[in-house]
Amino acid sequence: MRLLRPGAVTQAERTDEPRQGFYAGRMGFFRQTAWHIILGGLSVCFALPLLWMLSSALKENQEIFRIPVQWFPETFLWGNFIEVLNYPGYPFFLFFRNSMFYAGMVTVGTVLSCSLVGYGFARLRFPGRGFLFSLTLATMMVPYIVTFIPTFLLFKNLGVLGTYIPLIAPAFFAEAFFIFMMRQFFRGVPRELDDAARVDGAGEFRIFWQIMLPLVKPALVVMAVFTFVWTWHDFFRPLIYLNDPDQFPLSLGLFSFRGRRLTEWHLMMAAATLMTAPLVILFAVAQKYFVRGMRMFGIKG
Amino acid sequence: MARLRRLRSRPLGRREALAGFLFVSPWLLALVVFHLYPIVAATYLSLSEYSVFTPPEFIGFDNYAKLWDDPTVWRAAGNSLFYALLSVPIGLVVALILALLLNRPVRGIGIHRTLFYMPAVVPPVAGTIVFLLLLEPRAGPLNTAIETVGLDGPAWFQDPAWAKWGLIILSLWGVGAATLIFLAGLQEIPESLLEAASMDGAGPWRRFSNVTLPLLTPVILFNLVIGVIYSFQVFDAAMIVGGTSGVPGGSTLMYMVHIYRTAFGYFDMGYASAQAMVLFLVIVAVTGAIFGTTRRWVYEGV
Repeated sequence: MRLLRPGAVTQAERTDEPRQGFYAGRMGFFRQTAWHIILGGLSVCFALPLLWMLSSALKENQEIFRIPVQWFPETFLWGNFIEVLNYPGYPFFLFFRNSMFYAGMVTVGTVLSCSLVGYGFARLRFPGRGFLFSLTLATMMVPYIVTFIPTFLLFKNLGVLGTYIPLIAPAFFAEAFFIFMMRQFFRGVPRELDDAARVDGAGEFRIFWQIMLPLVKPALVVMAVFTFVWTWHDFFRPLIYLNDPDQFPLSLGLFSFRGRRLTEWHLMMAAATLMTAPLVILFAVAQKYFVRGMRMFGIKG
Repeated sequence: MARLRRLRSRPLGRREALAGFLFVSPWLLALVVFHLYPIVAATYLSLSEYSVFTPPEFIGFDNYAKLWDDPTVWRAAGNSLFYALLSVPIGLVVALILALLLNRPVRGIGIHRTLFYMPAVVPPVAGTIVFLLLLEPRAGPLNTAIETVGLDGPAWFQDPAWAKWGLIILSLWGVGAATLIFLAGLQEIPESLLEAASMDGAGPWRRFSNVTLPLLTPVILFNLVIGVIYSFQVFDAAMIVGGTSGVPGGSTLMYMVHIYRTAFGYFDMGYASAQAMVLFLVIVAVTGAIFGTTRRWVYEGV
């Protein structure tokens, strides 16, 4: 699988530049413009659902269903956002805070544990390492639901259903996909660096913490952004583990809002916008890393 | 010198091994508690009657026999299969076309890439609810657009015959991730080969079918396998559109939703585990079958 090689980045990174070689100088101004129009038309198709979400979030409810379709609201009802944040029984402000807590904690846990474990597999020799690593990769093949039911029963027996413990605790014990990714990154760091530190008498943990971690910062950012986004998306596990609406993250809050308040589409769209906006901002800020990460490691979720 | 190294290497080796075990210890714990034990437990549960309230009772292969005779299981499996058989190939083609369009030496093409990828960042719950509105039969933007061409749009999520198509369209919206992987694959194709083909008089189509496509087959395989694995396990969108009964008329009841209902609606953990094990076996069989065909179509050269 050539895609899984970190070296692929270097090529992927300069994609925004016009290519040299075969394609160079083959496109004049008009052809460039033509491509922009074709691609622009297509990318508008992909952007339209988001535009519809935002515009409906700023409308009155009936206005959404008016014919012909109105892409822009008559008056921008920013108050919809205020209303949904304080909706009786569906406190989206609280849901937002819960999502932040959930995604934040899982991100911290995953970054800490997976870099630690990834480093162990990449750099330290211990008996059974190869076998344990293959076992790690093998766990990725098993559908989530197979291990989910016994894990649920385990947490049930521990009496922690209805809390965030089953949602957050596993993140602190690492996860196969990111272990694999971190291992690849640590293997790319020249050996001389840690060997030199070892000769100087630094302990293994200090070498890891003070020398290796700063060197793989881009990988840590990619891992953090991915984990945050996927946890923010997560709907299945909160659906199963949480009961009290005050604990709901946005995904579950929006789902149950739709179940009970079927007709208030403008507020549903306002909530959906509130849920999407932080990720779009995060994506814009971390875009460089994000796209690079996608290219290197393929998708998950 | 060599002796000195040997002398030092033993205690260092032991220390290194100890450090190694400490570094991976969180994962070793997780491996046992969240992976190995659950797989064993799921296998045992699938052979048991277990409703949470009383201890599990071993019943052999009864759950599997029951599953075979259960029309709802077949219905759900059929829905998931329909969804996978359509969304995966269509998604592959759309992603490949988009990647080919994006692989152009045009200035400022990054903005298009961002826009195509953006839907993959949108939370599934938010995206699905937006599509319920977009595909609203009477006044939704899609059907009003279809009407301007003089046709009548289907009722999408309100019509059992069309609801799954709604889910497929939704999945195509999120094709940006696969597109980026294709794009990365396209950029690894050596330009010298395209140049050589061009000099030999190959036009754009010949260059695509004889150079680009064969070299891209490993990436197609990757996207195909990932696509199959994920589409068999579709849950979020189906659950949000149709709930546990697969509204309208059971048409959106996907296999994963059915497992969810069996386990957490009826608390029939044994039966749900059997359904999960079958899903596991089907995924293993299908990906195995795909890998079995690779010799015929995946190009491993260069």
